[in-house]
Amino acid sequence: MQTDLIQEARRQAEICNACRYCEGYCSVFPALHAERAFSDGDITQLANLCHNCRGCYYACQYTAPHEFDLNLPKALAEVRRDSWESFAWPQPLARRFHTHGGAIALALVVGFALLFWAIRAIGSAGGEGFYAVLSHNAMVAIFAPAFLLPLVSIFVSLRRYWASVEGQSIRLSDITAAFGRAATMKDLAAGHGDGCNFEDEDRFSHGRRYAHQAVMYGFLLCFASTSVATIMHYGFGLHAPYPLLSLPKLFGISGGVLLVLGCASMVSLKMKSDRQLGDANAWGGDIGFILLLGFVGLSGLVLYVLGSTALMPALMAIHLGSVLAFFLLTPFTKMAHGFYRLTALIRDAQRKRPADSIDASAVANRT
Amino acid sequence: MTNYDIAVIGGGNAALCAAMTAAEAGAKVLILETAPKAYRGGNSRHTRNFRCMHTGPLGPLVEDYSEEEYFADLLKVTGGKTDEHLARLAIRTSEECLPWMQDHGVHFQPSLSGTLSLARTNAFFMGGGKSLVNAYYRTAESLGVDVIYEAAVTHLELDGDRIAWVDYTHEGASHRIEPKSVVVASGGFQADTEWLTRAWGEPAKNFLIRGTPYNRGVVLADLLDQGVESVGDPTQCHAVAIDGRAPKYDGGIVTRLDCVPFSIVVNKDAERFYDEGEDVWPKRYAIWGRLVAAQPDQVGYVIIDAKSLELFMPSVFPPLKADTLEELAGMMDLPAGKLRATVDEFNAACGDTSAFHPTELDGVATTGIEPPKTNWARPITKPPFYGYSLRTGVTFTYLGLKVDDNAQCRTAAGPIKNLWAAGETMAGSILGQGYLAGFGMTIGTVFGRIAGREAAAYAN
Repeated sequence: MQTDLIQEARRQAEICNACRYCEGYCSVFPALHAERAFSDGDITQLANLCHNCRGCYYACQYTAPHEFDLNLPKALAEVRRDSWESFAWPQPLARRFHTHGGAIALALVVGFALLFWAIRAIGSAGGEGFYAVLSHNAMVAIFAPAFLLPLVSIFVSLRRYWASVEGQSIRLSDITAAFGRAATMKDLAAGHGDGCNFEDEDRFSHGRRYAHQAVMYGFLLCFASTSVATIMHYGFGLHAPYPLLSLPKLFGISGGVLLVLGCASMVSLKMKSDRQLGDANAWGGDIGFILLLGFVGLSGLVLYVLGSTALMPALMAIHLGSVLAFFLLTPFTKMAHGFYRLTALIRDAQRKRPADSIDASAVANRT
Repeated sequence: MTNYDIAVIGGGNAALCAAMTAAEAGAKVLILETAPKAYRGGNSRHTRNFRCMHTGPLGPLVEDYSEEEYFADLLKVTGGKTDEHLARLAIRTSEECLPWMQDHGVHFQPSLSGTLSLARTNAFFMGGGKSLVNAYYRTAESLGVDVIYEAAVTHLELDGDRIAWVDYTHEGASHRIEPKSVVVASGGFQADTEWLTRAWGEPAKNFLIRGTPYNRGVVLADLLDQGVESVGDPTQCHAVAIDGRAPKYDGGIVTRLDCVPFSIVVNKDAERFYDEGEDVWPKRYAIWGRLVAAQPDQVGYVIIDAKSLELFMPSVFPPLKADTLEELAGMMDLPAGKLRATVDEFNAACGDTSAFHPTELDGVATTGIEPPKTNWARPITKPPFYGYSLRTGVTFTYLGLKVDDNAQCRTAAGPIKNLWAAGETMAGSILGQGYLAGFGMTIGTVFGRIAGREAAAYAN
């Protein structure tokens, strides 16, 4: 990891630790105030707990032009992205996309091309509906590895992260605590529940929290749609196309709508926000990723609406091409943040365990 | 240009409370804030809590804090130098202020880690005073209050028993307005080193100013020159001992040092000068500013050993660290032999330390040295040794405008019909000396609201 970024975040954290005014805003500050000195791992963990809500920045008496020049949301955002890039595997892909929106667009075009090529080269094996364009087996042959390989990559990265933040053996209660906080995006509500400071300086707003919820739940519904369809296909011999009143369609359509609205709202909020309070270098990559995710949702909806027209084969290639690009880029784009955030929340839940239940081995390691 | 009913001079807590209250009463209000937007809010931007009387739990506050207990706390720190009538008015009104503050956008949070002793008496602002200031500016603007930043008021024309006009400069041009009412909430004069030096003498040049550099007392001096009655002693102020490496202005909370009770403190001649363990630190930090100011070159040096390093909240600058006292003395420019002798003498005076308890008066005291250390007296023996320099940090001065129950100012001839004062600029009425944590915000909120109410009633 880049020592200058960590060192700058450490300098700022030490000032925060002498002030503590922001303790109630989010998970970062109670974790920060529990330490007297900050190891690289501590800083990495704080960075991945931070949701860039900016409440602390606007409340801070030490932001520029003050000579202490605090900008904790930015410092942590830079460490955060550096941690994702440093822990990513395989490394040659690590630094290609977070800071390069254009590279994401290029990947999307490659995805389109692969799908058009697959449709031409493999084509149908006599199925109906979408399978009339590309056979079910061909789809599985493309998407099973495109789904599983990124998961392996993420797993390798998270293990590296876990080692760097000195994580302990995980208990079920750590996981439930973390998922509970992620499910409600509690940290984007600020401690007082009025939301974050994102699109209009110090005005509190739930805009970003709601946009993020729409994206997250939209994505999960789309994912559920595909999962349910897979189970119906292999478990029950029920093959696509499915009727409107079926789980895959209901999940897929509602999820697609949420995903598109959420991504549009997120881009709009990001355009209004102050880039200097985040990782300015990752701005293009972040926008590129949100647009890609929104495009996956939008192209899926268009495919549904125009699925019985002559445009269907082309639309399907475009939609599946975007899905392919999205899956393959998961470990190397902003999509990785969800996995890291959950891992950081699990680590934070361990920190907050009652003192008597901390693993004896972990105590021994720390002394 | 709009004709304003009320001009509020200053842009901190008291000014904003006055402006919001007056605007809610229907007045057209202009705030003239001398600082640029980034530094708006005066000393309020550095505050963290509000001392509040309450019966039963209120907002973040637990248990009870009665008027009598609150007033007794004030008597202790001021040594009786207060105006009981105004003090009780501030204390009694504080209870209704807390929900009012919430209604105007302030968020509170539980007592911060390391400050549990204040959970009953002081309501902490989530994000600190700057977030309070931000919320108030938002609310004020939604109520139609206009704000001009970098508007430096130069003169209030006193014509008999009323203020006739207000002069200010903005973007290089001079302006004159004639509001019906004027509220002065522009703080003390501590950032004017010359004035401070006139009051204190040469030592004042070595003082650090913990808060805003914009409180130079321009309006205060202008009004005093015209015969407006004053209250308070120009040498009195809220002054604490802070890290000697702090910036000249605006260092705020992070420069405080909480390690004195676990240390010995020496002057530049390496001699101790006061009982470091007299009481728990929240009850003593406010006298150490004056103690250090009385030492040669207005500087002190805190010495602790490895035993005590983690007993107090960290501060912004790491301590100097050395394996021997002689080495530490060298780093701090102290006479090494003398420091060694002082520490040896102190160590020899320490007795049984088995009752040592860092958060309570433990009675672990020295015997046979002067000054004694009456609590937490443990020998300084375990390397590495750590040192901090201490300087006097002034928060705000107490010489101010004399006001009545309605926050109204006066001359010898009687009340000035359209002039009110609130906040640090009149706090000397209540704080004759000493300081009670969180009381500045109470005075500002209570008298800001009163001044706004009265100014609006007069303008209407």
